[in-house]
Amino acid sequence: MSSMLILAAEEMENPLVPPIPELVIGLIAFVIVFGFLAWKLLPNINKVLEQRREAIEGGIEKAEAAQTEAQSVLEQYKAQLAEARHEAARLRQEAQEQGATLIAEMRAEGQRQREEIVAAGHTQIAADRKAAASALRQDVGKLATDLAGKLVGESLEDHARQSRVIDRFLDELDEKATKAEAAR
Amino acid sequence: MSADPTQVLAFETDCHIFDGCGFPAPGLHSFLFEPLWGDGDSNVYFNKTMLLALLGSIIIVGFFWAAFRKPKVVPGKLQMVAETGYDFIRRGVVYETIGKKEGEKYVPLIVSLFFFVWMMNLWSVIPLAQFPVTSIIAYPLVLALIVYILWVSLTFKRHGFVGFFKNVTGYDKSLGAVLPLAMLIEFFSNLLVRPFTHAVRLFANMFAGHTLLLLFTIASWYLLNGIGIAYAGVSFVMTIVMTAFELFIQALQAYVFVLLTCTYIQGALAEHH
Repeated sequence: MSSMLILAAEEMENPLVPPIPELVIGLIAFVIVFGFLAWKLLPNINKVLEQRREAIEGGIEKAEAAQTEAQSVLEQYKAQLAEARHEAARLRQEAQEQGATLIAEMRAEGQRQREEIVAAGHTQIAADRKAAASALRQDVGKLATDLAGKLVGESLEDHARQSRVIDRFLDELDEKATKAEAAR
Repeated sequence: MSADPTQVLAFETDCHIFDGCGFPAPGLHSFLFEPLWGDGDSNVYFNKTMLLALLGSIIIVGFFWAAFRKPKVVPGKLQMVAETGYDFIRRGVVYETIGKKEGEKYVPLIVSLFFFVWMMNLWSVIPLAQFPVTSIIAYPLVLALIVYILWVSLTFKRHGFVGFFKNVTGYDKSLGAVLPLAMLIEFFSNLLVRPFTHAVRLFANMFAGHTLLLLFTIASWYLLNGIGIAYAGVSFVMTIVMTAFELFIQALQAYVFVLLTCTYIQGALAEHH
């Protein structure tokens, strides 16, 4: 055994001379690795890496789409908000205008009613005065007649005459009054 | 180097300092293995290195088979680890040197090369194996030859016969009188020496690394006698430190190997000036 090893050691004296069997085994060993990796395993993983890349890019695209949508929704919302504000302003304006019109109308109505009431008052007063005047005339006539009767001592019951005298008297009074009025 | 190889071929040794036996230093004989099967004199045999090489292939394929057989868009832990390694080589090496468009074709080759070389280097520190397959020149050489053949055929295909020689010799008229000399040197370095340097760079690093580890490991054992025990501790610490260093070198050399491969391929594909 010892001699064989020495022999082997002499053979291998130069470590840079490759033994043929080791070259063959080395080639086989490498071809095994290369064969499996190139034939199946690396294409496998490449496919998956590609899928992953696509998945990630798809995710990014989705996110972008979502962002765009969110942006458009936001713009829409903003537009709606602006519109609503505008509408509110318009309504307020309208309400103000309506209010002003209403107030003006009410004022006009009030004025009209006041005038009506005043006019009605005037008419009433005139009518009352007329009634009072005619009642007064009768009362004054009666009183005057009674007084005159007492003074004269004679009844002035004679109706026809009586009313004629009174009327004449009162006419005279009226005449005087008109004259005084005219003089004034 | 020890005179009697049997003494160190079995790494277990009764030899200690002060026992009247010399230090069984590691040497070329440390890279020899009795055939596990067959006859070492004929060319039909099977030894530890071959076993490790084939086992390493199976481990790599097994790992990637488990990780990439049914890959998912949302990766599991194993797939994540494998993807990180794959992506590192694909983006960090191939795309960086050859470019994405032209490099895509060579990604499987480069990825296989990297993990193969790394695994073969890693055997150096894996308990029980503890031997870097790439410290046997045959393994780096076969890889370097594959790359070399690919490089030569690519250069021919891309540039034609005249273009091939212009590419290989770095033909550049502006060099003037130095041109013949430059062409000679370039021809020599590119076409003849390249596969050799490519392989030996890896081989020598692993060879030296393994020798270093052996040196400190054997010394730790050898010094375990008398006052030597104190020094054995130092040697043992060095073994640990060097193991960590080797872990780094193993990955680095695998990276360098594929990076050079990519540079060669890129050179073959590039338009010559």
